[in-house]
Amino acid sequence: MNISLNITTTITEFLSGFMSEGAANIGTMVVIALIYLAIFAVAGLYLVLLERKVAAWFQLRLGPNRVGPWGLLQTMADALKLVSKELTGTVKADKFLYNLAPYFVIVSSLMALAVFPFTKEFQAFDINIGLFFLIAISSIGVIGILLGGWASNNKFALIGAMRSGVQTISYELSVGLSLITMVLLTGTLQLSEIIEVQKNGWLIVQGHIPAIIAFMIYMIAGTAETNRAPFDMVEAESELGAGFHTEYSGMKFAYFFLAEFINMFIIAAVATTVFFGGWLSPFGITESIPWLGVFWFIGKTFMLVFLMMWFRWTFPRLRVDQLLTLEWKYLLPLNLLNIILMALIVWLNLTIQF
Amino acid sequence: MSYFGDIVKGIKTLLTGMSVTGKYFITSRKGAITQQYPDNRETLKMFERFRGEVVMPHDENNEHRCTGCQKCEIACPNGTIEIIWDRQIDPESGKKKKMIDQHIYHLGMCTMCGLCIEACPTDAIVWAQNFENSVYDRSSLTKVLNQPGSKLKAGVEE
Repeated sequence: MNISLNITTTITEFLSGFMSEGAANIGTMVVIALIYLAIFAVAGLYLVLLERKVAAWFQLRLGPNRVGPWGLLQTMADALKLVSKELTGTVKADKFLYNLAPYFVIVSSLMALAVFPFTKEFQAFDINIGLFFLIAISSIGVIGILLGGWASNNKFALIGAMRSGVQTISYELSVGLSLITMVLLTGTLQLSEIIEVQKNGWLIVQGHIPAIIAFMIYMIAGTAETNRAPFDMVEAESELGAGFHTEYSGMKFAYFFLAEFINMFIIAAVATTVFFGGWLSPFGITESIPWLGVFWFIGKTFMLVFLMMWFRWTFPRLRVDQLLTLEWKYLLPLNLLNIILMALIVWLNLTIQF
Repeated sequence: MSYFGDIVKGIKTLLTGMSVTGKYFITSRKGAITQQYPDNRETLKMFERFRGEVVMPHDENNEHRCTGCQKCEIACPNGTIEIIWDRQIDPESGKKKKMIDQHIYHLGMCTMCGLCIEACPTDAIVWAQNFENSVYDRSSLTKVLNQPGSKLKAGVEE
């Protein structure tokens, strides 16, 4: 296996100092998995806090500010509470699938994180089908939701899960097609090479009109895929209790909750990588200091996360039929037209290059 | 083509909505409406229109404006107000006159509908903005609104 990336090689070299080669490889995988798990458990918690703070500011409130300075420890306290809670379940639930579902959701969202280049060297797994891998992995999460809804043996959970199936399968198309539009421009699916291409200008500038259309479609479909308001048909508190996770409590509920926020981060991170140049700084201002790329990447991602929160606290929710009308009658035809437009622009060399 | 017109209109209205909430977000620092209640107990002032409880204001001479007409007692839908009155000789005119002895107000029964205050012809009772109304004993919810030894302000009845 030829993984020539800094964190992986550093850890492998460190471990092979006192282990055999095979053990060092496995050790590297475990260490990297633990690092990613730790980082994103904490990141997920702080995304929840950010969401609550942003929601408060949109509604002229203060938000959580009691636990720790500015409420920074609020979600830690919440997580601690959820860990200590009893795991309840329904009597007639399908126990195996019921317990499996949260892990499907959380594992699929954590797997997707592996392929992101946080900066030039900081990437756990650089495969040549990166973008395709991301689209495929993000579709697996819906199986967890369907399993959870089905195995709960609860009609609200089942309705929520079925709606989730309808919604995710529909909007998956738009996410995929809008990313394919950009792949026409980059000519590669590998995320690190997509960023190399953007050294001549971010793709949203290079591709101008069709890139902006693709970005808008991607953000709409991405918001729908994370099952957040205004597309929260799946959880719909007012209609379905809590949707597919009605019967889950304690840590299993926390997995679903955390997965939703990590998914939001993933959607924003894909948009950052594909449209806004990933870890590249604007006009190359910090090119001499490579580790600053992490901050550019995280900064751009959080701007897009904020955009999704802005959507959530502004727009009214859609009905199920409106949801499907939006996808099949508007986003999908526009997306197909957009691909043709992008293909013409690439063919006629009308891209903007710096 | 109304199809593309709809799309443009949709995007325009969505952006309008986002600009409205965006303005709120930017100004939220100054305009936060949350009151951090127990912390700002000394400085917190309720709004003029807040209905805390019914009070009878007295001036510095311990005089109120209640003539004992009982209109508030009749107006109250759930018997919150009880007025104990009798006829006494007015020291100024020397005539017998209706005067209140006690204006009793049961806060525990009051629904804050405000009909008594609307019915009062002399504005003797008004809303107070006091909101810390919880007590340890139910009997302390029964209040006598007129202070002991108070009397009617001159000139209210004309």
